[in-house]
Amino acid sequence: MEQRNPTLRSVGWLWFGIAVAVLVVGFRQAIFLTPTDAAQGDAGRIFYYHVPTAMLSLIFPYLNFAASLAYLFWRTRDPLKALSADAFALASAEVAVVYASITLITGSIWGRVAWGIWWTWDARLTSMLLLWLLYVSYLMLRRFSATGQSQTLAAVLSVFAAVDVPIVYMSIRWWRTQHPAPVFGGGPNSGMDKSMLPAFFWNLAAWAIWGIFILIFRFALQRRRQFAEQEAALQAIEASLEIPQ
Amino acid sequence: MTYLHHVLDHLRKDLRLEWRSRDSINGMLFFALLVVVVFGLAFDPAGYPTTTRQISGGVLWVALLFASITALNLSWARELRNQVLEAQRMAPAPASALFVGKALANMLFVLVVEAFLAPIFIVFFNLHVLGNVWLLALILPLGTWALVVNGTFFAALGLRARNRELLLPLLLLPISLPALLAMVQATTGVLTADLDAIQINTWIKQLVGYDIIFTTICILLFETVLNAE
Repeated sequence: MEQRNPTLRSVGWLWFGIAVAVLVVGFRQAIFLTPTDAAQGDAGRIFYYHVPTAMLSLIFPYLNFAASLAYLFWRTRDPLKALSADAFALASAEVAVVYASITLITGSIWGRVAWGIWWTWDARLTSMLLLWLLYVSYLMLRRFSATGQSQTLAAVLSVFAAVDVPIVYMSIRWWRTQHPAPVFGGGPNSGMDKSMLPAFFWNLAAWAIWGIFILIFRFALQRRRQFAEQEAALQAIEASLEIPQ
Repeated sequence: MTYLHHVLDHLRKDLRLEWRSRDSINGMLFFALLVVVVFGLAFDPAGYPTTTRQISGGVLWVALLFASITALNLSWARELRNQVLEAQRMAPAPASALFVGKALANMLFVLVVEAFLAPIFIVFFNLHVLGNVWLLALILPLGTWALVVNGTFFAALGLRARNRELLLPLLLLPISLPALLAMVQATTGVLTADLDAIQINTWIKQLVGYDIIFTTICILLFETVLNAE
């Protein structure tokens, strides 16, 4: 079993503290300090949660893809490094799904207030939903596949998903732009008022710090599970050697 | 040249197996027919010809998609009996030849199903195609290959999973959604003649691009999946 490193532990607690502190500042900025949006009222404040999580949910799949490629590269060359790459791939896929879910839910709440409907098949909404579906199917594969294979198969699926994401994005843009202009306006108003900037950036920073925290926390958990499995396998081998022939 | 021989050998073997049992084609054909009947009952296609034209592209592809999923699992399950797959892994032939041969065989099976299903579909849905029918001869094979190449790959990927019948659609559908979008849009465009030629052309080009990209990845990664332990 890996020794628990006290320094890393205190760094982890410190990081957690910073994440909570910045989240609190971001909340104060977004809810109390920023002036109410003239067009949208208080419902517009969900913007400060929706947009940062949406931006971050597009970053975690890249981490997953990179870790999966690293896993496929190290699989036969250096199995121990490959295991840690796999743990990282799993952690980043889970965080990606969490952030994409938050984006979809907050966007849906905003849509209900601003548009009067929970969902529309607009280009951005659809591509975000497909991104979410791809990474949920990645997690399903990890759950269903036979032990011993699941890391390799998941890494292969991650390559497929990463190739699929740009295709999804382009084809859906093409699908929607050939229709008449969307009923509810193309996207967010281009550019942001200066009074919105502090709340936006505080929240972006807060969610980034928080995302990195849960990513590493999940990674450490998965590493510990892997070590426990190795330990169990080793003990089983040793026990089988002790049986008198 | 030897690679091509290996592919042809695998293809011949799969075709002979299918010819002797005819499990896949019969199963797919009946399944697709049932899906078409269910949609026919739901929508009353004879009463509303315009609506029928608009939805029938989607209905046709949904029927084919679900039907091919039932057959794709079967095509690899055949290799499990008597440890045939283990023998394939030890064979000196390139692993991807096995994959390409099987994907081509599955493609032929689905094309046979389409050839039987298309007239039935037109009769049941009372379809009068408004666009250029011959374009469908291009769209159907391209769309079928997009489904079959990824489907064959993911069926192999989920072969040893706990419940592979459930896993295949869960993996195949999200990856195939852009291809499904392209083939449904192109087919509907031909049926209704709502889209002009340039738009249909672009959808077909997207399908071609999707086919090329995913065929390449499947061939590159198949050996990894076959030997994943």
